Amino acid sequence: MYHYYLTIVLAPLAAAIIAGLAGKKIGRAGAHWVTIIGVGISCALSLLVLKNMFWGGAEAENISVYTWAVTDGLRMEVGFLVDRLTALMMCVVTFVSLMVHIYTIGYMHEDPGYQRFFSYISLFTFSMLMLVMSNNFLQLFFGWEAVGLVSYLLIGFWFKKETAIFANLKAFLVNRVGDFGFILGIAGVVMFTGSLDYATVFASADAVAGQTLEVLPGTPWNAMTVICILLFIGAMGKSAQAPLHVWLPDSMEGPTPISALIHAATMVTAGIFMVARMSPLFELSTAALGFVIIIGSVTAFFMGLLGIVQNDIKRVVAYSTLSQLGYMTVALGASAYSAAIFHLMTHAFFKALLFLAAGSVIIAMHHEQDIRKMGGIRKYMPITYWTSLVGSLALIGFPGSSGFFSKDLLIEAVKESHWHHGATAGDQLTYWIAYLSVLLGVFVTALYSFRMFFLVFHGKERMDAETKSHLHETPAVVTVPLILLAIPSAVIGWFTVGPVLFGDYFGDAIQVQSAHDVLAHMGEAWHGSLGLLMHAWQTPVFWLAASGVWVAWFLYLKRPDIPATIKGKVLPLYNLLDRKYYFDDLYIKGFAAGGRNLGKFLWQKGDELIIDGILVNGTAKAVGRLAGVMRQIQTGYLYTYAFAMIIGLTMLLGWLIWLR
Amino acid sequence: MMLHSILFYVFAAIMFGAALGVILSRNPVHAVMFLVFTFFNAAILWLLAEAEFLAIVLVLVYVGAVMVLFLFVVMMLEVDIEAAKRGLTRYAPLGIALALVMAIELINVIWLRGQGEESTAGFAVTPEGYSNTEALGAVLYTEHVYSFEIAAVILLLAIIAAITLTMRKRPGLKVQNIAKQVAVRAKDRIRVVKMDAEKKQ
Amino acid sequence: MIGLNHYLTVSAMLFVLSIVGIIINRKNLILLLMCIELMLLAVNTNFIAFSRFLGDETGQVFVFFILTVAAAEAAIGLAILVVLFRNRRSIAVQELNTLKG
Repeated sequence: MYHYYLTIVLAPLAAAIIAGLAGKKIGRAGAHWVTIIGVGISCALSLLVLKNMFWGGAEAENISVYTWAVTDGLRMEVGFLVDRLTALMMCVVTFVSLMVHIYTIGYMHEDPGYQRFFSYISLFTFSMLMLVMSNNFLQLFFGWEAVGLVSYLLIGFWFKKETAIFANLKAFLVNRVGDFGFILGIAGVVMFTGSLDYATVFASADAVAGQTLEVLPGTPWNAMTVICILLFIGAMGKSAQAPLHVWLPDSMEGPTPISALIHAATMVTAGIFMVARMSPLFELSTAALGFVIIIGSVTAFFMGLLGIVQNDIKRVVAYSTLSQLGYMTVALGASAYSAAIFHLMTHAFFKALLFLAAGSVIIAMHHEQDIRKMGGIRKYMPITYWTSLVGSLALIGFPGSSGFFSKDLLIEAVKESHWHHGATAGDQLTYWIAYLSVLLGVFVTALYSFRMFFLVFHGKERMDAETKSHLHETPAVVTVPLILLAIPSAVIGWFTVGPVLFGDYFGDAIQVQSAHDVLAHMGEAWHGSLGLLMHAWQTPVFWLAASGVWVAWFLYLKRPDIPATIKGKVLPLYNLLDRKYYFDDLYIKGFAAGGRNLGKFLWQKGDELIIDGILVNGTAKAVGRLAGVMRQIQTGYLYTYAFAMIIGLTMLLGWLIWLR
Repeated sequence: MMLHSILFYVFAAIMFGAALGVILSRNPVHAVMFLVFTFFNAAILWLLAEAEFLAIVLVLVYVGAVMVLFLFVVMMLEVDIEAAKRGLTRYAPLGIALALVMAIELINVIWLRGQGEESTAGFAVTPEGYSNTEALGAVLYTEHVYSFEIAAVILLLAIIAAITLTMRKRPGLKVQNIAKQVAVRAKDRIRVVKMDAEKKQ
Repeated sequence: MIGLNHYLTVSAMLFVLSIVGIIINRKNLILLLMCIELMLLAVNTNFIAFSRFLGDETGQVFVFFILTVAAAEAAIGLAILVVLFRNRRSIAVQELNTLKG
């Protein structure tokens, strides 16, 4: 399998290099063919690996490919750990990536940076594969940073657009904050275990859990808690959890295929994947899990609310992504790692679908993204309409769709989690925050999803006549990926929910302490997909989602005048949501401006005045002045020097005789 | 021994006179002659100290070669004596003062801090059959042979440096190029032309 | 008896004389060189006196080397002088101040 793994990773890289460096030579068609073939090979082999794992019963493999450096007992290696978790992620990444590659042919076909774009997305695939297939922290960090870099490049793909440059800088800076925590976490791991290798670290995790760390003198902290929280801060940056979420909505400045691939389906899930991968560590720190679940629930609910007031079609989907990532994080915090990964997988399909559908609408509308200027597109774009419907239903968890299985069981897992059964008041509080957040989040999700859906596809046709006359279904390269993504969005939950959640699919890849193992507990009452479906109408989740859809229908189709009235009534609340809880203002006017002012102060006072003015130029000036005085001594006449020597000799002799 | 002392004092006095002549004479040629005289007297003092080899070397090498070199240069350069001597006395007070200080210091060292009897007593008598030259040679070619080699290299360097500094190419100088002359072939120089005999006009 | 101190005194006086010579003849390069020769002579006399006093020939070997170096120095110094004269048609010290700071 070794060669398979290498091929899976290197094929996209090779394609990226060819398309990037020889893009001019091979032309547009060459660029998309070479990258599609590269990613296609990866996808096919990934599916093969998954098949071997799942049906063939292949064991997890831990292979060291290359030793980069050995210093003081610390081995820095490149290696692959391919178990069932990895195999699943590989398939999701390569499949969505392949769809996006195909879709891009249609979406970007007029763009002058066509080859560059393909090179980037192939490079992204390579980076993401390196991340998920890594068997050590160093390679994980490499992949982590590489996807961050590609994300930066792609958000700013239209580098002449000022908002795009602002957005990519913002994404990069916010991610730096998270990465700072992440690398500190890795440093903590190395400090306590002396190894970067997953297997070694996990094996010695129990020993670490007992130790304490004094970051501030006099306050010993549990080492594992510190490490896990630091690692999770990295995940917060990459997976856009509050309060480090601000970059994700802005990243919609990038081309839509990128929003689908990176900012919805794969890269942002890296944090989720990482926490699941680190489950043996996180399981040992209840405090860290509490931190995770609180952050997740805050993100899940409050970011969802923002989706209701957005008018940009992509931003609505972006906020739904934030909210769904919050759901996954909640599941992680509830120790239901499998549920998080399962939701990650289903979400990848339906969110990619929704983004690509949004992109399809945007193409048809000639790059108009404001949903207030759309409406009634349904009859012009039937394929987009139906696939969007599938995606939206999956997103809100309509019974039978993939989202239903993942989200319903995720909420169930939170409800049954160890937090609920915890003894202390803190545990109970945590449980209620998390549970209410995810439950109310369902309603919010349904509301904003169908608000957008109705505004775009139903109701009055609000676009101008010029756009309307050109409105038609997008070409096959766009619609085929939509259809291909709609199929798993609709049905994949049926087949996979049993084995993934309750069938011990992940095996050793995810380790949960028995006291936390909510999924095993739920598994005892598991009666198959159909059984779950039959009971769907009994759960609050179904009714909340249904009421959300109904409210959306009522407000935006039946009585379109009401939203404005409501807006007028609760203007402060509306403003709060419209300004995204003032996070951007705080960051830009607070941290960024403060940083700039501090930098300006250091530049003008510290650098220009003290270092340049006094230390550097001051020294030079002092030397210059002294030299100006001293040069008077240098007459240039031979005898002056002779006199000086003789006088010096006399004085030296005198000193030796009388003074010494 | 008395004679020895008298000779020492006499030649020391003459040497001072000559040295004064060196520094005070207005004509550089005279100064060089005085310098030669000073060296002669110093050589005699060295002889009195039984350093015969060095005394001879001083006269032969130094006076014979170096001083003559000085003389050549002085005569070659035809220095304007009056111009060179202007401003002679401007620094004289300073010079005298410095010299006095230096003299006091040296006297202090030599006489007040000297080792009394031991240093005012005469030099140890050399054993019978002692040869200064032989003794010097014995250490020079054994113990100090590397220094000796280096001294030779320094002299070579001085030769090369002096030649390089003063040599100049004169334009229009006619010289033979032997190599070219030897390399000449007949066909480069003459051409044999066949022609019919002509009648005498 | 004529011993170490006498020789040292002689050489000290010669040395002081040469210092005076350097100061009062400061404008004549050739005389400066000659005064330096005088100084070296004084130093050599010192070496010989100490060599005899200590009964060690090394001092005389030193004199030998100093003579060598002094000869080299005189040769090069004079060569420089000649070149200087050739270039400037003068060896007046007061005109040589290109090193002035």
